[in-house]
Amino acid sequence: MARTFVYVAHKAGVVDDSAAELMAAARRIDSAAAPTALVTGWGQDLDPVCASLCASFREVWKVANESLAYPNAELVRKALGKLLPPDSIVLVSHDHFGIDLAPGLSIKTNAAFVSDVMGIEGKDKNVLKLIRQEFGGQLSAHVHCDLSTGAVLTIRPGAFKPEQMAAVQGQVVDKSSEVGVLTGGRRYLETVVAESGDVDITKQPVLISIGRGIQEKDNVAIAQELADAMGAVVSCSRPVVDAKWLDKSRQVGSSGKTVKPKVYLACGISGSFQHLAGLKGNPFIVAINKNPKAPIFQVADVGIVDDILEFLPELTSKIREVSSAQPVAAHAS
Amino acid sequence: MEILVCARRVPDTSENEIHLNDAGNDIERDDLVYSINEADNYAVEEALQIVSRVGGSVSVVTVGSEEDEEILRREMAMGASHGVLLSDDAFAGSDGRGIAAVLKAFVQKGHYDLILTGVQAEDGGAQVGGMLAAMLDYPFASLVTAIEVRDNGKLKVSREIEGGNKEISEIDLPCVLSIQTGINEPRYVGMRGIRQVASVPIPKFGSADLGADAGLVGEASAKVKRVDYFVPALGKGAEILQGSREENIAKLIELVAAKGGLN
Repeated sequence: MARTFVYVAHKAGVVDDSAAELMAAARRIDSAAAPTALVTGWGQDLDPVCASLCASFREVWKVANESLAYPNAELVRKALGKLLPPDSIVLVSHDHFGIDLAPGLSIKTNAAFVSDVMGIEGKDKNVLKLIRQEFGGQLSAHVHCDLSTGAVLTIRPGAFKPEQMAAVQGQVVDKSSEVGVLTGGRRYLETVVAESGDVDITKQPVLISIGRGIQEKDNVAIAQELADAMGAVVSCSRPVVDAKWLDKSRQVGSSGKTVKPKVYLACGISGSFQHLAGLKGNPFIVAINKNPKAPIFQVADVGIVDDILEFLPELTSKIREVSSAQPVAAHAS
Repeated sequence: MEILVCARRVPDTSENEIHLNDAGNDIERDDLVYSINEADNYAVEEALQIVSRVGGSVSVVTVGSEEDEEILRREMAMGASHGVLLSDDAFAGSDGRGIAAVLKAFVQKGHYDLILTGVQAEDGGAQVGGMLAAMLDYPFASLVTAIEVRDNGKLKVSREIEGGNKEISEIDLPCVLSIQTGINEPRYVGMRGIRQVASVPIPKFGSADLGADAGLVGEASAKVKRVDYFVPALGKGAEILQGSREENIAKLIELVAAKGGLN
């Protein structure tokens, strides 16, 4: 019986939230199996991490190695390559670390690889039935993965809800001596923390957020005028930053800011999971997009299928009309 | 520096509504607008910028069919010196590992200092670059948002990590990097530029030319198979306002005001 492993990310002695989601995904593969936690690192943070994992994992494999003080995917891959039994199933979060680690790990362990898994329908002998998304979330796909030589899966953050489980008394197995010296061709130098921009979008109650549908830089003014009329601030999705139309500090998403507004107007935003990952606190979401298939309509409260370049200016002038007729006393500023 | 960029031609999701075909096993491909995968185009631009600083040349390779030559020509119009098509019926149905194995065989026929891919394509796989690096035993970095060639012949690369932070590393050559969108501003390619390379021959290599590992390539060797596509079940789904534009605006103002969205 192939063994299932969960690679656990941690920081400053605290287990990342993704561990519980990976555990839930592992139990979707085989509800009877008890996955093993894989923890790599160095120093005083490592033992508290392993100890806390013992409440949910029956076995925790600890790899203490000075080279792994920072999670360098190349070195983690080499360490895991020395430890993993043949035919293992390894689950990793589909984030910047998982994307770095998992494809190469699958080659080195001769395992099948499926990335960004968002659903697990179960196992039929040696075939694992999975669900992914393609075409920017416009379509889903059923994917069959051959488990006969093991598998490496990256799991979409947020796709699997952690389950309530009875606490177990797991044990830590120290695997450090099996890893030995690790060397690689990539050396971590430093982390550069994001600069804060002119406006802090994380503290705004109302965001007018624009995506690819804004089409060109000059059109950003259309959103800014609406924001001015509403007393709101303009934020955006990744393509707008890629095109250099707005500063990175305005980006909502997993590689940008996490925001928690009361009201979020998603204008010309398709709604990729990376974008939605930055949207917390259950805001009232309005989606305006000319593509009725845009995934944003699945998560929005209210949707309007229209061209934002025509819709937004008309909305702005209507709001100006309304507010000049009845000034909102409570917010006289 | 000799740079190879692995690129792919994909349906442009920003230009198309993607529909399921009647059989449910593929998308409706008639009338789709195809283009080079967006991240791959950034990778080519980055390669061209590196070569303009330190010298060398840029080659672009794709695994596909003759239809895919159009993206090779487009990238040659941008400034790539060579376009190469890897094409064979035996490649059909390959999974990510199979595509990586075909690319590995091609890489080993040349001498490249640096191999770039886009971070992901329309299938969201984010897999071929990392697999190729592991097959070649080259170092790898994903989600790269800046590349600097250092005096010591190594690269300083910046990766995009959570919250807009950047992870900076030094990486040895040869290596494989997957390039994130936004790393640069890809240059414009006009029709005139494309016409100028319209008759440049594009070399094509098949399975026998490359000697790719038959145990990894093709449908029979694929460990991962897409069975079908389906339209995702709408969660709760948005309440779609069905009125005229004027009615929708009035309704929207009412709803947003009720939620405290007008200040």
